[in-house]
Amino acid sequence: MNDKYSWLRQGTKGLVCTPGKFVIDPIQPTDLAVITHGHADHARSGHRHIIATPETIAIMRARYKDIRKESTTPLDFGVAKKINDVEIRFASAGHILGSAQVVIDYRGTRVVVSGDYKRRADPSCEPFELVPCNLFITEATFGLPVFSHPPADTEVLKLLNSLKKFPDKTHLVGVYALGKCQRLLCHIRKHGYTEPIFIHGAMRPLCDLYKSFGYELGELVQVTSRVKKITAGKIVVCPPSAIAEKWSRGFVSPMTCLASGWMRIRQRVKQRQIELPLIISDHADWYELTTTVREVGAKDIWVTHGQEEALVHYAQTIGLNSAPLSLQT
Amino acid sequence: MKLFALLLEQLVYSSSRNQKIRHLITYFSQEKDPDRGFAVAAIAGTLQIPNITSSVIRKLIEDRVDPELFRLSYDYVGDLAETVSLVWPSNITSENISLYAATNTLASSSRSDAPKTLAMLLDRLGQSERFALLKLITGGLRVGVSARLLKIALGKFGNKNVIDIEELWFGLTPPYTDLFEWLEGKAKLPNVDRALLFRPVMLAHPIVKNDLKSMSAKEFIAEWKWDGVRVQAIAYKNQSRLYTRTGEDISRSFPDVLDQINWQGVIDGELLVVQKNTVQPFEQLQKRLGRKKPTKQILDQYPAHIMAYDILENNREDLRSLTFLERRRHLEEWFALERPKRISLSEIISVSKWSDLTKYRDLCRLHGYEGLVLKRRQSPYLVGRKKGHWYKWKRDPLSAECILMYAKRGHGKRSSYYSDYTFGCWSNNNDNTLMPVGKAYSGYTDDDLLRLDKYVRDNTTERFGPVRSINPSLVLEIAFDAVQFSNRHKSGIAMRFPRIKRVRWDKPANEADSVEKLRQMVDQSAFVKI
Repeated sequence: MNDKYSWLRQGTKGLVCTPGKFVIDPIQPTDLAVITHGHADHARSGHRHIIATPETIAIMRARYKDIRKESTTPLDFGVAKKINDVEIRFASAGHILGSAQVVIDYRGTRVVVSGDYKRRADPSCEPFELVPCNLFITEATFGLPVFSHPPADTEVLKLLNSLKKFPDKTHLVGVYALGKCQRLLCHIRKHGYTEPIFIHGAMRPLCDLYKSFGYELGELVQVTSRVKKITAGKIVVCPPSAIAEKWSRGFVSPMTCLASGWMRIRQRVKQRQIELPLIISDHADWYELTTTVREVGAKDIWVTHGQEEALVHYAQTIGLNSAPLSLQT
Repeated sequence: MKLFALLLEQLVYSSSRNQKIRHLITYFSQEKDPDRGFAVAAIAGTLQIPNITSSVIRKLIEDRVDPELFRLSYDYVGDLAETVSLVWPSNITSENISLYAATNTLASSSRSDAPKTLAMLLDRLGQSERFALLKLITGGLRVGVSARLLKIALGKFGNKNVIDIEELWFGLTPPYTDLFEWLEGKAKLPNVDRALLFRPVMLAHPIVKNDLKSMSAKEFIAEWKWDGVRVQAIAYKNQSRLYTRTGEDISRSFPDVLDQINWQGVIDGELLVVQKNTVQPFEQLQKRLGRKKPTKQILDQYPAHIMAYDILENNREDLRSLTFLERRRHLEEWFALERPKRISLSEIISVSKWSDLTKYRDLCRLHGYEGLVLKRRQSPYLVGRKKGHWYKWKRDPLSAECILMYAKRGHGKRSSYYSDYTFGCWSNNNDNTLMPVGKAYSGYTDDDLLRLDKYVRDNTTERFGPVRSINPSLVLEIAFDAVQFSNRHKSGIAMRFPRIKRVRWDKPANEADSVEKLRQMVDQSAFVKI
């Protein structure tokens, strides 16, 4: 649609940068992959070579045992690197540990690929860096005005208050194992909660990894069938799916909680049969998305990952060229 | 209003009764008067609040938010009050306007000013409070709290007997300040004129296996258990009321019964539809229930009637401490004297041994009775479900073999189990399709549940949120009290009180029953002449 940026296109493997000969967050094995962050829908295994932040590489190596050190190039935030005909650098995205925006400079034009990002404070990762650019390719997971995330602190207080009110109930909190889990733990600890927190086995390796990067998560106890008898009035964190699985049986009087931006919508809460929704998200809400779209100063806005339509409409109403990324083929 | 909004959120997500009660109690202890009383009224549905239509609310939001963005948002969320509460442009710092102030401001603004007043309130409130207010004015909080549950919570909050609250309830009005003062021990029981108030009713225990062995038939009488609605009819001076057994006032729905009252007293009985001296099936009564203003046509088509079986008061004399036999004598005398219209006397069945009563019970299905009620001759009228006085002995259930079609995850302790089942029967058209005929989530043992849960997970064909569609191959033997015709269901029938009797792991699905067979089981027997 836009010739100016014909060197960037959405291919079957992902977002392809032709003069750089790399693909950003490829969904299929590729020769050279630039990875924004460690979540599985962005960081897959099987690429010949990977460029990512050191934290992201550590996360990928913890998750995929087949990634060899020689096939990775760690690149710190702010350090420029020439790749074929373009220059790239990473800017912090504030999404999870090591999450980056990819800044691409090519023939005097700057493109920023946001990856997943958020603007608000997160004790478990670096804050978002605003990088002025000509084309901004933004995510839009929560790209509707209905999504406004409350401060994480008020949501954590909801959980802590519920523990006091229902000291006989095991608070089973569903969270993603990477990022959300450690962020929630940091927030809970910040509120002075010093009790041991019980974790599902799947959380263990990534919690250890965060600790190795210097994040304090407090005392964590892995759940075993013996432990299930003593969790009344305590916090147990597990992947969201585990709440509905056999794993969650045997806990004393469970109360189901879920930490997610989707918990803003009542129907979602009811549908997932969640009793205590915690609206905590790793993604930008509508306010953050629209603010960022204005602040990066880009004339062109491409939108991907989520509710593209509303954000494209918004960008157009403020006079920007905007389209869903899926159309850039 | 912040606490009220939070309470609504907590109630709607709570899966258990006890959890809801705890949230209510916390709210009552944290919120001040008169807001907590107005909250009680809002939940009980007794709060008077001006109704503002959804189109007015839509207009308000489209003046403030890009209509295209609103449309996309509404499409996504699906609920107007929720969408508007979320996208309404707001200040970060919201004010804590009391529920009383908000509803009062709305109520006192003129019809033409109401939208402007509402917008002003929404500007000043936070998101949760906007939602609560919008839900209140568009009608329907839907937080899953019955009037009864609310009263139980009030009782627990004040450490008072729920029966006392029920007795008072209809004499009180929002914001219930006198009620709360009494609950908190700051004042005496509110003084209300109780003449027309609901009297809590005496309930029966189900007969379980060996109960009869330890009871002497000579100490009891039996009555037919009618398939209607338990009611209490009260008349005092020139006024009368009709209540359900939970104290819900249904007077307006049954003018035909109330208009005939020219006596004074409190009668306990069963509400039925009686056409030409013949008792009609329950579905006909259903057409009358929930209809605030029945039309003449409805009144003619489904005339209501009371089958009286007890008298609690006669001419302001409280008879509840008398024995059943004494009350019955009063009831018969009252009946003979008043000759009340649209009221009949329940028949007394007297036997000297239980085996004789069995014969009556065996007749129940044929005549359309739900079963028998046994009443101890010497028992006074005792409130609630006290053991040893009244028993219900239901007729034997029917059963059918159905096929498991869908399963849904349970709540609380059952949240990791697929414990709620939808089952179907073969359709009548011989085209090998299944038609859902009912739902059940009880009757099975813990071992059954474990095995059923595994079966569901291993045989899922599709998922829709918490619901799974199951490869139709497992036969469930379903026990149920009755089948009725129903145009609300695709199968054209509805089961009453279905539960899982047995899981037929052994039975091939093609041997399950057909919808046609269930249709033939529909009670056609309700032809009792009275």
